[in-house]
Amino acid sequence: MDTIVSFFLNDKPVRIPPGTSPTMTLLDWLRGPGRLTGTKEGCAEGDCGACTVVLERHGRRMPVNACLLLLGQLHRRRVRTVEGLGGAHPAQTLMAESDGTQCGFCTPGIVMSLYAHAQEGGDPHEALAGNLCRCTGYRPILDAIARLPPEPPSCGQDEAPPAARFETADQVFHLPNRLADLLDLRAADPAAWLLAGGTDLGLRVSEHRERPPSVICVQNVPDLSAIESRPEGLVVGAAVPYRDLLALCEAEAGFEPLRPYLGRLGSRQIRSLGTVGGNLGTASPIGDMLPPLVALGARVRLASRRGERVLPVEEFLLDYRRTALAEDEVILSVFLPRPPAGRLFVVEKLSRRHDQDISAVAMAATLDVADGVVRGARLAFGGMAATARRAEATEAALLGRPLAEESFAAAAEALRLDFSPLSDWRGSAEYRLAAAGGLLRRLFWRAAAKDLPHDVMSVPAPHAPAFAAGTA
Amino acid sequence: MDGDLKARNRTVGAALRHDSARKHTTGEAAYADDLPEPPGLLHAALVPSPVAHGRILDLDLSPALAVPGVVMALGPADIPGKNDISSSGRSVEPLFAEGLVEHWGQTLALVLAETRDAALLGARAVRPRIEALVPVLRIEEALERQQLLLPPMVMARGDAQAALAAAPRRLSGEFRCGGQEHFYLEGQIAIAIPGEDGEQTVISSTQHPTEVQHIVSRVLGCDYNRITVECRRMGGGFGGKESNASWIAAAAALGARATGRPVKLRLPRKADIAATGKRHPFLYRFDVGFDDTGRVLALDATLAADGGHTLDLSGGVIMRAVTHALNCYDVPDVRITGLVAKTNTVSNTAFRGFGGPQGALLMEEVLHRVAAATAQHVDAARERNFAGGPNGGETPYGQPLEGDLIRRVWAEAKADARIEQRRAEIAAFNAAHPYLRRGLGGFALAFGISFGLLHLNQAGALVHVYTDGSIRLNHGGTEMGQGLFIKVAQVVAEVFGVPIERVGITRTSTAEVPNTAPTAASTGSDLNGWAAHAAASAIRGRMAEVAAEQWNVPADEIRFEDGLVRHGNRAMEFGDLAELCWKKRVSLSATGFYRTPDLSWDPVAMKGRPFFYFSYGAAFAEVVVDTLTGEHRVLAADLVQDCGRSLNPAIDRGQIEGGFVQGLGWLTCEELWWDKEGRLRTLGPSTYKIPGSRDVPPALRVRLLDSAPARVETIFRSKAVGEPPLLLATAVWNALRDATGLAALDLPATPERVLMALRAKG
Ligand SMILES: Cc1cc2nc3c(=O)[nH]c(=O)nc-3n(C[C@H](O)[C@H](O)[C@H](O)COP(=O)(O)OP(=O)(O)OC[C@H]3O[C@@H](n4cnc5c(N)ncnc54)[C@H](O)[C@@H]3O)c2cc1C
Ligand code: FES
Ligand code: FES
Repeated sequence: MDTIVSFFLNDKPVRIPPGTSPTMTLLDWLRGPGRLTGTKEGCAEGDCGACTVVLERHGRRMPVNACLLLLGQLHRRRVRTVEGLGGAHPAQTLMAESDGTQCGFCTPGIVMSLYAHAQEGGDPHEALAGNLCRCTGYRPILDAIARLPPEPPSCGQDEAPPAARFETADQVFHLPNRLADLLDLRAADPAAWLLAGGTDLGLRVSEHRERPPSVICVQNVPDLSAIESRPEGLVVGAAVPYRDLLALCEAEAGFEPLRPYLGRLGSRQIRSLGTVGGNLGTASPIGDMLPPLVALGARVRLASRRGERVLPVEEFLLDYRRTALAEDEVILSVFLPRPPAGRLFVVEKLSRRHDQDISAVAMAATLDVADGVVRGARLAFGGMAATARRAEATEAALLGRPLAEESFAAAAEALRLDFSPLSDWRGSAEYRLAAAGGLLRRLFWRAAAKDLPHDVMSVPAPHAPAFAAGTA
Repeated sequence: MDGDLKARNRTVGAALRHDSARKHTTGEAAYADDLPEPPGLLHAALVPSPVAHGRILDLDLSPALAVPGVVMALGPADIPGKNDISSSGRSVEPLFAEGLVEHWGQTLALVLAETRDAALLGARAVRPRIEALVPVLRIEEALERQQLLLPPMVMARGDAQAALAAAPRRLSGEFRCGGQEHFYLEGQIAIAIPGEDGEQTVISSTQHPTEVQHIVSRVLGCDYNRITVECRRMGGGFGGKESNASWIAAAAALGARATGRPVKLRLPRKADIAATGKRHPFLYRFDVGFDDTGRVLALDATLAADGGHTLDLSGGVIMRAVTHALNCYDVPDVRITGLVAKTNTVSNTAFRGFGGPQGALLMEEVLHRVAAATAQHVDAARERNFAGGPNGGETPYGQPLEGDLIRRVWAEAKADARIEQRRAEIAAFNAAHPYLRRGLGGFALAFGISFGLLHLNQAGALVHVYTDGSIRLNHGGTEMGQGLFIKVAQVVAEVFGVPIERVGITRTSTAEVPNTAPTAASTGSDLNGWAAHAAASAIRGRMAEVAAEQWNVPADEIRFEDGLVRHGNRAMEFGDLAELCWKKRVSLSATGFYRTPDLSWDPVAMKGRPFFYFSYGAAFAEVVVDTLTGEHRVLAADLVQDCGRSLNPAIDRGQIEGGFVQGLGWLTCEELWWDKEGRLRTLGPSTYKIPGSRDVPPALRVRLLDSAPARVETIFRSKAVGEPPLLLATAVWNALRDATGLAALDLPATPERVLMALRAKG
């Protein structure tokens, strides 16, 4: 059993002196005792990316927010900060050469996102979604990305970490590595924070400066990190980060629509850590995983020393941030039934900003149409009630109706029977109802006119940055 | 001078990189919070008001002292000088609220502790007893109650009322725009370090070190010479660190004075957003008279700014809004009334454009309404009303605009955007798509450059040449990312004819260059560039004398270029001449001073020449809107910006693109949201959404206006570029209207506003 937090920082081993709070954020540690001030604090809530560092696991680079990551979570991991890039990494030289820095405060975080992206590849906007820059307008940063030479993942398999327990005078942080131990710990201390990625809980430390007396972190328990693909669906461990789930959906028949949707859940930084189990555990009305889970008829598997049980997600979610989880239970996994070929599966998210924003309204829908008539519909909404849930009156209004715009427009009116949403800074009640209705009507067009660009993001715009300086 | 410049291998005009670019990417560039902490440092935290309006009954700070690690807590009674942080020094704006609290999050007291967490916990432990009063949160409400922070400011020409009555056609309107949080990535911070004899060194993330010095001194009750303020760089400013940095620094300095220990005050993001001012939201009401051709003949408009609870810089903001209300258009008979409403919100302040962006919205709305009423395209109405040409060429306050430049930037943007072809493509798309609508919007701009307050149009610099030929440059301007330091260094390198590497850039300090103006109003390189030019030229003149004597030739034939000093085919290294000067006991150090010439302003008549020159720009933006959900995005933007003869096109381009995207945020996605109790609920990036990379138009084409040297004597005929491009984003508002056909669309045009406006229209 390890009792001292140790990790590799920029390839050098670090041992955190006993007595240091195991729930200190990596950012506070780096900028304080670590004396590495290249990593910046811009918000301490995971949204600006100024604190981005990279975790290197199994030869892969994962950008994470140092402001959310707790020291205990870092145990036996490898982390790289801007100081560990050597100064001449292409992510650095290209950012400087492209005029990608103005005030420079966002730059170290952006450089680290680019360092990860060099290996990760994919959509540059996804790579930057977790990094705000208030000065440059991003164009030069996108130019730097376009010139970034790809780097292959190095092969490497980190060994499974041993169990660990870090104790100080007023705190204890458990890192069990077996399910049985996790369940014992949970049963013994139901008040402890059950920590997965910490992208919800970490805010309580980073922003609200809490010091939890006791934390049980599930990240090293293999049973919670397993993924299994079966013909009838996917079994996803509760502690599987979105990053892996997203890659899975890309490859799995029937689940492709989840890919772009998950690409908008948080940022790469958030998806490196955040988990489905955490989304279920938080049970926020605007948790983005919940509408698709509800629409697909997903089931959660819960475990305690008393045994295991399985519940439909719909029954697991009780009310505003309230679930059916007993105090000695943990979520083990979630099963996502595979949408059969021919069934339309659509997931939509409305937010003020496309990337890295919380939904005002989210909708997940499955639709079965035969002979031009709606034969089956499951519609689940987030942001419309205290918890994500189905729109039963609206579903009923669609059933048996022809696949026609009027049917969906009429169903949109039924939303008022299903929901009376709240007004807040993400949207007024009226807007939520109107926009949810709009999503329903858009669902019609997705079903009926497959070749249209269906939303503003699918309208092509030539990426043609051009610049001419005056010749004066 | 111009011909001479062209002949040379120029430093000025070169697209040099930001001087700190490399250090930014390695993390070596140090911001205030990155500096090694001085021994004995205490951390400070603010105690915020929990209500928007109320009478303070009791402020018991003892609960803070009970928190382990807390060393001291300070309230209004502990201020040795004045409890006043106003920039003017004439209106009382308290550091700590006394008697009344006037906005949610207003600072009540300061807690000092051994650790930052202890200070934050201590601040949270304080439970002030406050008798709540009803807060006034909306401009309309404040206007009804006649709650104004300033007497109305009226700019008039001719007789607007008579002309309205006489106009063939007439209409009126009302609309609104929102405020904007600066969201500099580096939050407000100051470190105060006490020294001997009541001295303090204050390291501040500030655009205005001199004002920090003044306000710290006022709060401490000491002479200015006790306080030295330093700033190497800011992690963004945008106006948010013009006046707000001063009180943050004053609070830290007060803590240092009270404890005798260094104090750091770094605001957590939420505290920063709650306690610091923002861009002013505006309410507009107007009456316009016009003819059937769409020529605007008369306009009577009121621009009401939400000043928040105190004046701060609102006087300057409303002045700029009023003077920019006609933008580049001519209206013969006009009256613009500027009001600053007092509400129970945080005191609004400078933000890139300083009221100009809000002012320029007026004519956009007016022209849209007039165009609709006369059944013509809004761009035709624009062209009908541009200042100059057949129309009047003077602003209502009597300063001439360059009508040819207005028409030129507009025509070039139109050509760049290929608008005829694009309009046809858009019409075809819109006809074919069931619910997505594309649209194209244009905008043209004339933005006045200079501080509205005449006396701020001055700057100083201090240049030393060392005997190895290296140069040390210091000036009163501050670096917030805008590239001021490299631009001024380019000026100095140019004067000495040396490579830019020879010019050492140094932090801004009130000890080196005193009595400076803020780095604001886009004037940074105009003012400091000239001041540094003056200092460098003075030294160069002395050096030329020495060389002339050495070679026995006239001094005015000595040339400084390529790191050498030359006459005919004789040459010596710049450093060798510096060494020679020293041996000959000639001073190699000089101060430089500059004041902008030819400015005048009569604030009562609202007439004069408040601006040294105008900077012009034009833009077209294309958007696509989802009429089912209100979602929208900018597909393309073509910008043409007048930078005169650019000092550094790479830096200028950065300002244009960054400004445009910031303007885009203000107009589309950034929204400040207060609840009914007057609590601001958008306190961080999770709820306050600034643009991300995907929000930048995929086709963003930026062009600096070609062959357009400034017509007045600016530094190397360049023009300021900090603020004007932000206004170019107004094209996006117009594009949204074009796409949706909405007659009215308040700002910010969030998906919600767009959708609800579409539904209201039916
Ligand atoms: C910047 C930012 C952006 C975000 N964007 C989004 C977004 O777009 N959409 C969205 O939905 N969410 C978003 N979130 C919220 C968060 O990322 C998600 O809710 C995520 O799923 C939480 O997972 P986690 O593993 O980090 O949870 P944690 O913070 O570790 O835990 C969250 C809760 O779940 C419980 N829990 C975790 N695992 C288990 C388990 N195995 N069994 C029982 N209980 C468990 C915890 O006890 C805790 O109560 C964002 C958060 C941040 C900081
Ligand atoms: S500090 Fe902003 S994301 Fe961590
Ligand atoms: S360079 Fe200033 S925030 Fe990006």
